[in-house]
Amino acid sequence: MLTFQIPYLAVAGLIIIGLYAVLFKRNLIKMIIGITLIESGVNLFLITLSFREGSVAPIYTADATQGTLMSLPVPQALTLTSIVIGVAVLALMLTLVIHIYRHYGTLDVRKIKEDDN
Amino acid sequence: MFEDLLTHAPALIVAIPLLGAFLTPLVGKINDKLRNIFAIIIVALNSFIILLLSYNILAHESVKLAPDLVKNGVQTYIFGAQSANYPVARIIFEVDGLNAYMIILGAILPLAAIIYSWSFMKDETGQDKYYTLMLLLTAGMLGMMMTGDLFNFFVFLEITSIASAALIAYRTNNKFSVQAAFKYIVISTIGALFFLFAIAILYGQYNALNMAVLANSIQYGLLEKIAFVLFVVALAMKAGIAPMHMWLPGAYGRAPASVTLIVMGTTLGSFYGLLRIGFTVYGEHLISGTNLSIALGWMLVGLAILTIFVGVLMALRQNDFKKMIGFAAVAEIGYMLLAFGAALASVYQDTAGAVAFSPEGVTALRGGMFHILNDALDIGLLFLVAGAIYYVSKESSLNKLGGLARNLKYTTIFFVIGMVAVSGLPPLNGFASKLMIYQSTYAINPILAIVAILASILLLAVFVKVFYAAFLGPKLPKFDKVKEVPISMLIGMLILACIIIFIGLFPNLVVENVVQPAVDALQAVLDNTNNYIAAVLGGA
Amino acid sequence: MGLIDSLSQIYETLNTDSGFWNPLVWIGAFVIIFLIAYILRGYGNKAYKKNTEQTKVFLSGNPEFDDKEKMHVKAKNLYWGFNETLKGVYKILDRLHTDNASDFILWFVVILGIFFIILGVL
Repeated sequence: MLTFQIPYLAVAGLIIIGLYAVLFKRNLIKMIIGITLIESGVNLFLITLSFREGSVAPIYTADATQGTLMSLPVPQALTLTSIVIGVAVLALMLTLVIHIYRHYGTLDVRKIKEDDN
Repeated sequence: MFEDLLTHAPALIVAIPLLGAFLTPLVGKINDKLRNIFAIIIVALNSFIILLLSYNILAHESVKLAPDLVKNGVQTYIFGAQSANYPVARIIFEVDGLNAYMIILGAILPLAAIIYSWSFMKDETGQDKYYTLMLLLTAGMLGMMMTGDLFNFFVFLEITSIASAALIAYRTNNKFSVQAAFKYIVISTIGALFFLFAIAILYGQYNALNMAVLANSIQYGLLEKIAFVLFVVALAMKAGIAPMHMWLPGAYGRAPASVTLIVMGTTLGSFYGLLRIGFTVYGEHLISGTNLSIALGWMLVGLAILTIFVGVLMALRQNDFKKMIGFAAVAEIGYMLLAFGAALASVYQDTAGAVAFSPEGVTALRGGMFHILNDALDIGLLFLVAGAIYYVSKESSLNKLGGLARNLKYTTIFFVIGMVAVSGLPPLNGFASKLMIYQSTYAINPILAIVAILASILLLAVFVKVFYAAFLGPKLPKFDKVKEVPISMLIGMLILACIIIFIGLFPNLVVENVVQPAVDALQAVLDNTNNYIAAVLGGA
Repeated sequence: MGLIDSLSQIYETLNTDSGFWNPLVWIGAFVIIFLIAYILRGYGNKAYKKNTEQTKVFLSGNPEFDDKEKMHVKAKNLYWGFNETLKGVYKILDRLHTDNASDFILWFVVILGIFFIILGVL
């Protein structure tokens, strides 16, 4: 039975490690890697929900006709959407980090502050 | 005669700005002024269709433009099918009273912002991308406010956060704008990821993503509790509720002023998401007279009081004009959450076993709902004035301004209107909604009303400080040649000021006809025929 | 227009549960009181001497400089008394408002934890 719980344990592990990287690491790039880890965890959770034991991929072929047990296609579509959104956000975050480095000269998250007057 | 237009209006409202966004660079290659006029035409057309749709839903049966489209106050639009058969497998836009109220914001704010940015962004480079992103942001915000499907809400939430982050960092030569945009995108992404996690939990349990189907069949077990907490806290972080509010003054303060206007609309869209999930999807269990609604109501009231205090106290210390207004915006969101939390805390179960809001709770709901519209208009007008001051003097710090009322007469008048409206002084619209919040929360617990009134007085102190430092005082020699702002910026501010004065003079008109249907939609879970669910699943 | 039932609905008062508010009556009262005050002001002394001390700005004895920049009270000095009194509160608030992006997410996780605990118990 434990083999069916491994994906959920992996999801929990990925999210916790991602949160640790976002909260406690000081480099901006490591923070972005943490966000990507959380996103991978959530995508893995979505895909795991579509699995049914003994199922095949939800594509109609010559072998897999109407009566065969297929895994659910909707969460797979949700995961694809989420991966695409994640790529766009990652690109935007990295562009902003390039601009920040050009202005501040450092990637330390404690030194990137507003101006206090 | 508008029957065809109104049938497809929910889709057109999102499609027209989207098409306009992708056509804008092509039009911009021909001529710059043509592109600006094209953007204004797209937003004006969109606002017209939004007002038609809202009128059709909110009006009485006898004067609706197309009465058979709206069944019991709800109009649905199904993408790609004739009718929604159960199990619902299509994406649905479902427009009931609450949605019709929120999209009015999406009609007014983008129009004012794009007319304002004709002159405001005149000297900046990359204006093609600016107009594209603004129209994309409008489409995302309107989609967020109309959708009836949880995953669709997540997609539109991400669209708006990506477009907002790019617009906040628009002036990439200013290092503070870029770092504010980075913090905004980090906060948005983590909030949205936990929101998606909660959607996945609910999908795994019920095999449904549609809000109406979930509302019909949701139980209240451990997994649903986890999902509810994730929903509430992620959306509260996006709406700027303390102690997760610290990104808001930086993001609002460092963006160009017209951008802040629409970003404020998306913040209120996240707040609407909180209401929709609390009152509709989980409505059956939340408003049930058990300890849950009272406990949740008091938790939200506690967060709201913290928000109000932190917002107002930090605003008094700031010396940067737009950051100060950003902190005032945080305090105003605290007012809305205070009203809704107090209404939840006043749910009771009478002797017949029926659950109801107490009369003070209903007034609190109406006050909070009314305050959403008022707050967007007031703070929006103040941001536009701040943008005008920046355009004229290129300074954003209050320490270096002074004596501008001699040269900028109209801007001063708009600032006074905005200041009176935000602090809740009679006779403008801030007083009407804040009066309802004061009187209803006083009946629930007097301390809440005392905190709310104190915060209003301190907000007046904040803006009197700004008024003195920026507008009054001796004539400074460096501002000798300053002239009045260009006319398109004045028109943008005039639109907001006219609506503020109109709502202020006739508050009952607005509350009875526009706010009351929205509050009825929130209370729909209490009667047996829940219109929101019935419109999708058919039948009682 | 059927959106307004009758013309009189425009002038109706806003009823909260325990009070009411009518802005048109308020404006009417304001205008009447303003007119009374204006008429009473007209009974005052109309004579003043031009180009003497009476027409200059009142500075309560402070010297007037030529450099107007020095005469204008800066925004950060305006509420000095209030800021001095609440120095303790502001020290705590400033220490909380670090501009650190990780701290934003730390508050998110803290509030998530508090809500989990409270809702789990109920």
